[in-house]
Amino acid sequence: MQNTRLVETMVGVFIAAGAAALLMLAMKVSNLNAFSDVEGYEVTAQFENIGGLKVLSPVSVGGVRIGRVSAIDFDQEDYEAVVTMAINPQYDRLPVDTSASIFTSGLLGEQYIGFEPGGEERFLKDGDQITLTQSAMVLEQIIGQFIFSKASEGGGE
Amino acid sequence: MSFFQQLGHHALAAFQRLGRANLFLWTVLVGVPGLLFRLRLLIQQLFAVGVLSLVIIVVAGLFVGMVLGLQGYYTLVDFGAEESLGVMVALSLVRELGPVVAALLFAGRAGSALTAEIGLMKTTEQLSGMEMMAVDPLKRVIAPRFVAGVLSMPLLAAIFSAVGVMGGYVAGVTLLGVDEGAFWSQMQGRVDFHEDIMNGVIKSVVFGVVVTWIALFEGYDAVPTSEGVSRATTRTVVYASLAVLGLDFVLTALMFGEV
Repeated sequence: MQNTRLVETMVGVFIAAGAAALLMLAMKVSNLNAFSDVEGYEVTAQFENIGGLKVLSPVSVGGVRIGRVSAIDFDQEDYEAVVTMAINPQYDRLPVDTSASIFTSGLLGEQYIGFEPGGEERFLKDGDQITLTQSAMVLEQIIGQFIFSKASEGGGE
Repeated sequence: MSFFQQLGHHALAAFQRLGRANLFLWTVLVGVPGLLFRLRLLIQQLFAVGVLSLVIIVVAGLFVGMVLGLQGYYTLVDFGAEESLGVMVALSLVRELGPVVAALLFAGRAGSALTAEIGLMKTTEQLSGMEMMAVDPLKRVIAPRFVAGVLSMPLLAAIFSAVGVMGGYVAGVTLLGVDEGAFWSQMQGRVDFHEDIMNGVIKSVVFGVVVTWIALFEGYDAVPTSEGVSRATTRTVVYASLAVLGLDFVLTALMFGEV
């Protein structure tokens, strides 16, 4: 009888370990919990061009991640992208004149939003909009402009 | 003439064997619902098939993950993209290596044991003995082992993947100094639960069915001599491994293809 109990316990542990592994894969490895992870107060910003920014891309100040992009929409009146960001509530002292820019980590890395805090005394709160924004640098455009300017220089001489 | 006769003989024998294997699977599947009243049998087999395979799965998963972390790092660091290490490790594990390597190990560890056990039961006429006592060996002996194999395989594959991700973390973050936050956040950003993890689980269930089926059938169909059992055991490992690798290609093409 002792033996049966041991076998049953081991099987129980095995099944629990399997379920825990699957749960860990679901929660820790994949983005199943993405929607519960994005929490905090939300601020929006409009960009002309967001490049390769995606939902869940990081929002950081000075390289420290303080939140994530929670939604990306398109404003049909201004023809600009509206990015909604969820900022961790622990960072609640961002001035209202904070500016937001889209950067790329490394030459080929993923894109993220970087905040540059301003000097105002009032702080951003839920639902606010960041007005000072700078669009993503699209590498193809820059290369295109560079080639174009080189070509026109060559033509002028 | 005798060449064609030989060819035909072998072909017919192969098809007969395939037919027997399918009938065997069908009879086993019919016997599966009756298991609900014999849960103890199932638990014993889950122990033999699943729990006893845990050690090899965990150790193999850890080292496979660590090697993935090391090799991935050396390649990615040239492009300044070592933050993507987590994505690489996790995707390779949950999509391919978890189900496939776990199934190969499972075939070697549990499949061979099943074949040898059933084959010996047949050789020592225990199966005929059961039939004499009006106990259906397919229901009493084979069905619990089949269900145990099919249930264990996805659990083992999930454990393999999870431990592998830990191994990749140890190698990449702890030993080589990849940023911990980027390791996890990029992984979470790129690995999709339904696309990647559930497809891996589906794969491992299919592999579980195939490996257990082959193992049980080879044992049940073995020539009842010591040599016959040894050949059946070898065939189990070879056929099951080849079937897993071949099916993996088909399943990958079906699930991750552009279709």
